[in-house]
Amino acid sequence: MPPPARAKSARTLGIDRFLERWLPQIVVSPLFAASLIFVYGFIVWTVYISFTRSGVLPSYNLAGLLQYERLWSTPRWYVALQNLFVFSGLFIAGCMAIGILLAILLDQRIRIEGVIRTIYLYPMALSFIVTGTAWKWILNPTLGIEKFVQELGFPGFSFDWLIDPHMAIYTVVIAGVWQSSGYVMALFLAGLRSVDDEIIRAAAIDGAGPVRTYATIILPIIRPVFLSSIIVLAHIAIKSYDLVVALTNGGPGYATDLPATFMYSFAFQRSELGVAAASAVMMLVTIMAIIVPYLYSELRGGRK
Amino acid sequence: MVEVRLDKVWKRFGSNDVIKGIDLVIASGEFVVLVGPSGCGKSTLLNLIAGLETLSGGDIHIGAQRVNDVPPKDRDIAMVFQSYALYPTKTVHGNITFGMETRNIPRAEQARAVADVSQQLHIEGLLERKPGQLSGGQRQRVAMGRALVRDPDVFLFDEPLSNLDAKLRIEMRTEMKKLHQRLGKTTIYVTHDQVEAMTLASRIAVMDNGHIRQFGPPAEIYEDPMDLFVAGFMGSPSMNIVRGRIAGEGGARVEVADAEGSISFPLPAALAAKVADRPGEEVVLGLRPEIITHPGAHAPGASVFEFARSIDVVEPTGPDTLLVFTLGGSEAIGRVRPDEAVAAGRPYRFQVNMDKAKLFDPASGVRL
Amino acid sequence: MNGEGIVRRKGARQAVLRALLFTVLGLFCLVYLMPLVVMISTSLKSLAEIRTGSFIALPREVTFDAWAKAWNSACVGVRCNGLAPYMWNSVAMVVPAVVISTFLGAVNGYALTKWRFRGADTIFALMLFGAFIPFQVVLLPMARTLGYFGLAGSTYGLILVHTVYGLAFTTLFFRNFFVSVSDGIVQAAKIDGAGFFAIFFKLMLPMAVPTIVVTVIWQFTQIWNDFLFGIAFTVGDSNPATVALNNIVASSTGVKEYNVDMAAAIIAGLPTLLVYVLAGNYFVRGLAAGAVKG
Repeated sequence: MPPPARAKSARTLGIDRFLERWLPQIVVSPLFAASLIFVYGFIVWTVYISFTRSGVLPSYNLAGLLQYERLWSTPRWYVALQNLFVFSGLFIAGCMAIGILLAILLDQRIRIEGVIRTIYLYPMALSFIVTGTAWKWILNPTLGIEKFVQELGFPGFSFDWLIDPHMAIYTVVIAGVWQSSGYVMALFLAGLRSVDDEIIRAAAIDGAGPVRTYATIILPIIRPVFLSSIIVLAHIAIKSYDLVVALTNGGPGYATDLPATFMYSFAFQRSELGVAAASAVMMLVTIMAIIVPYLYSELRGGRK
Repeated sequence: MVEVRLDKVWKRFGSNDVIKGIDLVIASGEFVVLVGPSGCGKSTLLNLIAGLETLSGGDIHIGAQRVNDVPPKDRDIAMVFQSYALYPTKTVHGNITFGMETRNIPRAEQARAVADVSQQLHIEGLLERKPGQLSGGQRQRVAMGRALVRDPDVFLFDEPLSNLDAKLRIEMRTEMKKLHQRLGKTTIYVTHDQVEAMTLASRIAVMDNGHIRQFGPPAEIYEDPMDLFVAGFMGSPSMNIVRGRIAGEGGARVEVADAEGSISFPLPAALAAKVADRPGEEVVLGLRPEIITHPGAHAPGASVFEFARSIDVVEPTGPDTLLVFTLGGSEAIGRVRPDEAVAAGRPYRFQVNMDKAKLFDPASGVRL
Repeated sequence: MNGEGIVRRKGARQAVLRALLFTVLGLFCLVYLMPLVVMISTSLKSLAEIRTGSFIALPREVTFDAWAKAWNSACVGVRCNGLAPYMWNSVAMVVPAVVISTFLGAVNGYALTKWRFRGADTIFALMLFGAFIPFQVVLLPMARTLGYFGLAGSTYGLILVHTVYGLAFTTLFFRNFFVSVSDGIVQAAKIDGAGFFAIFFKLMLPMAVPTIVVTVIWQFTQIWNDFLFGIAFTVGDSNPATVALNNIVASSTGVKEYNVDMAAAIIAGLPTLLVYVLAGNYFVRGLAAGAVKG
């Protein structure tokens, strides 16, 4: 394709070259600007607000750590934090355990693997609201599992976790693990399959049985998958909002409150913008503490 | 010291027959090389012997034991893989002892074995490193160490030198031969490199498309190929294959015609007898490059024949020079001493030792 | 295990283990399928049957009344027009947001990887970080900004929000893809005289079709399933389906109509579920890419 013959004036040549030199930046800049404003700018605003006297309306007068003091003296915040701790721990542990187990089981050359994988993974396609709605019905104290087991012949059986302030958070764990364990399975299955076949054959010749091969050879090789799974699960757990709203709406009372629902409640329902901002900042700090070191090591250690 | 016997071994992948009824007996202490082009099934055959693939048909015996359903760990074998297959998260020490750990061999004995093997292979200093920190040659030696420490009945090698650079490959080749001379264990070795096959093997099995074309000592494979495939596969540069016609009384000559003119290669009595009944028919003449050389190179008493051709390309290799010319319409190569060579475009008078010529049937490729 | 054909000892032990394997896999299949089955079966029952029967039993008499009600007349807050209008809200929100964020992500990924400029990597890292923030931290300022521009409580506002916050992921997907495309192709095209956009539309996009599919599916799923932005930035008529669903289910007035709740949940979840069933492979690729480092 011969280059078009054009008579160029010196000016158009200049513009052409300017564009060519700067076009990529020009193209990327609106999006970069959007990122700057909508992400970093907004974060800065929220952080700022958390240091002011904002109540129903934002105020721009700095008030030091007032909001944080108020935050940390609200019992409900402690409930939310404790719930976050319990929920995250069990959620991550549950998803990892089930996910890895299922991945190993599916790695055993099964003809209908595709179908089974589809079944294990479909919950990820659903909104947390749909999941919460379904489990709310299943765990319904009078009409769900409780009634089912009672009718099986255990009239004394009770399963009212959903309305029990002490146990309600565990229902969120159940629904969450049901939804997200397939994800861990998918990640680990891909990881298991990525291990060089020759290594597994060498292990077979060396006399290692399946358990030993998985435990001492295969799983250590895919150590990075452990880390990235845990990071992603932690991220999901900290951001959990939809699931709690659909399942328990933070209740009974605020027994299943999480920082996300706490923040929403204080921002849009109780009109305490300052406290809400402070809680949001706490959430950000928590996530940053986990993600930033991880991203840093990945972007450095790995390739571009 | 055990023999390995394959009886009518078949292997099918889906609807694809990869190994088609192979019979093979590997005597105790032999070094057998399976050689052939990509896809001929040599690695598959090795995997079948190792138990890394299940048999579709036939039997395999290692020693007195029928091993069809015996898992690899119970077959008393050790294997070195093309990519070495070292366990990346274990140290060199851990790699070598892993097989012993699974067999619950006492620690003291493990330590002794590691010390012994690492001394033999000069890897003592590497024991605490991980495979990722080793060079290709070092990794290869660790893989060897892992196999040696097993002290198996049979050693299996799947292209263990392919990933090494040329110089290292030749060094390790000699090491392998010394090792076999010292240990004397039955060894089965897969390679696509026919020079490795010739130098290492006590017997070579030339494979093609799931069959063994010929099984015999290197000299026999080289001098006495059973068909065109074996003749063409072994030898570098490969044998010159020339199409010609039987002519003369009692099959005395093969006439090869081309643009430059016609050449009548006289056949020695033994060869002529084979084609006496085919006057005027087409035949394939095989001449290895090293028998087409400068005048005076052959021993006295050999049936030499001189012919002239103009040289197309000159390829000096160092120890000798290859002269490329046209014969019978296709490219042919002759090998001369460097100081006897001429420039390209000039005519050259070759002398060929017809005692070493081979004749093949043009239709079936079988050697006459 | 990967070692496909390795010879294993046959016998009773292997058979038992294999049976155990399938049992466990089968049990988990039941566990994963149970909620879906329960949802469907409950939605097909009459209220009377729900109250008297067990939640797991299949409907004795199949009735589609709950579905009709969920679609047409269920009450979301004070409006009783069913889920239908809100489904259309979601569609109106999802389609533009997916298209725009995917397109912009493609351009971004292309510019960042094929046109080396100083700071490209930093820009990418900064944008990537945006994918990980908890959105609670931008809710308040975004609400105020939308209000300021008159977009509060409207579908357009949601489109803007989802586009902006979806950019991080779409850029990530495309950047990872374009990094694997050899630079040589772009160099050759530049020598041939092609410019930035010409190369993009004629060379890069056609090559990136699988990535486009993965991104579209990922974005569609994320945006359709979103609840937080929906409830924070829309009001009443402009609610997306997820918010409407929550309203239907959480309504505390009157009799709880479980069958309607279930029908509504299925309706709201159907689009993403269908996409998953039809294009599962691409969905999985998106999951894997989303978890992997930059």
